[in-house]
Amino acid sequence: MKQIFKPAIAIALMAFAAGGAQAASTGAKAFQSECSACHMAFPPNLLPKQSWDQILATLDNHFGEDASLDASVVSDIRQYLDANAGRFRSVPNPPPLRITELRWFRGEHGRMFKRAKADPKIGTMSNCLACHRGGATQDND
Amino acid sequence: MKGRLALVRTAVVLTLAFALVTPSVAAAGARSSIIAGFAAKAGKPLSAARGKAFFTGKHTGGKPETPTCLTCHTSNLRGMGKTRAGKAIKPMAVSANPERFTDPKKVAKWFRRNCKTVLGRECTAQEKGDVLTWLATQ
Repeated sequence: MKQIFKPAIAIALMAFAAGGAQAASTGAKAFQSECSACHMAFPPNLLPKQSWDQILATLDNHFGEDASLDASVVSDIRQYLDANAGRFRSVPNPPPLRITELRWFRGEHGRMFKRAKADPKIGTMSNCLACHRGGATQDND
Repeated sequence: MKGRLALVRTAVVLTLAFALVTPSVAAAGARSSIIAGFAAKAGKPLSAARGKAFFTGKHTGGKPETPTCLTCHTSNLRGMGKTRAGKAIKPMAVSANPERFTDPKKVAKWFRRNCKTVLGRECTAQEKGDVLTWLATQ
């Protein structure tokens, strides 16, 4: 019995990991393709799970734009984001929705805000790619 | 033997030609069926001229920052557009971007979103069909 048990657990774990990895990669792909259409697909670990959940629940009014998606796609993306969200020591309620308003971001980029707005090549601080050229080479949809 | 070789060569040439032509033929086919779908729903003939007026004209009812499709897609349809967040949008002109309007889900998604943004409502099947008919000629 013992000899069957161990390999059975190993196989079950591998199947679970493979299945989990499969779902994550579907969600990861959907996140990359859907969430890079209008801006860079922001690294999931920049926001806590609560923020991502709130964003996904309000896609029809996504910072003033309609970013709505089919429910099954949202579900895949939520699975991926929840699994890869940032670990924050404490998350305020309501959770922060703008990466640009996080304290560490302001610390890094504080001087840029005025310039970004004034420079038509940048326009907004959420336009990371204007300066961080290495990020997300994803073509938009 | 000679006859057979010639036959094989002809077959290879034809297959290669077919393979090269097929993707664009397939794309055009996919696009036509999407447009045909809108025509059927509209229940009347589509018009490229109407599509051009609709796409390039100013609309009210949507967001004031986006009164026209050209706000993001620009008047140069063969060039890159720009999203509200600053990201580049691939050309809308089919001549510059042959993949355009070949995926029905993508077409549905972007019409759903962008008509709401520019017009404050869903576009009708006729409006969608007109626009695609026109963009297919650009």
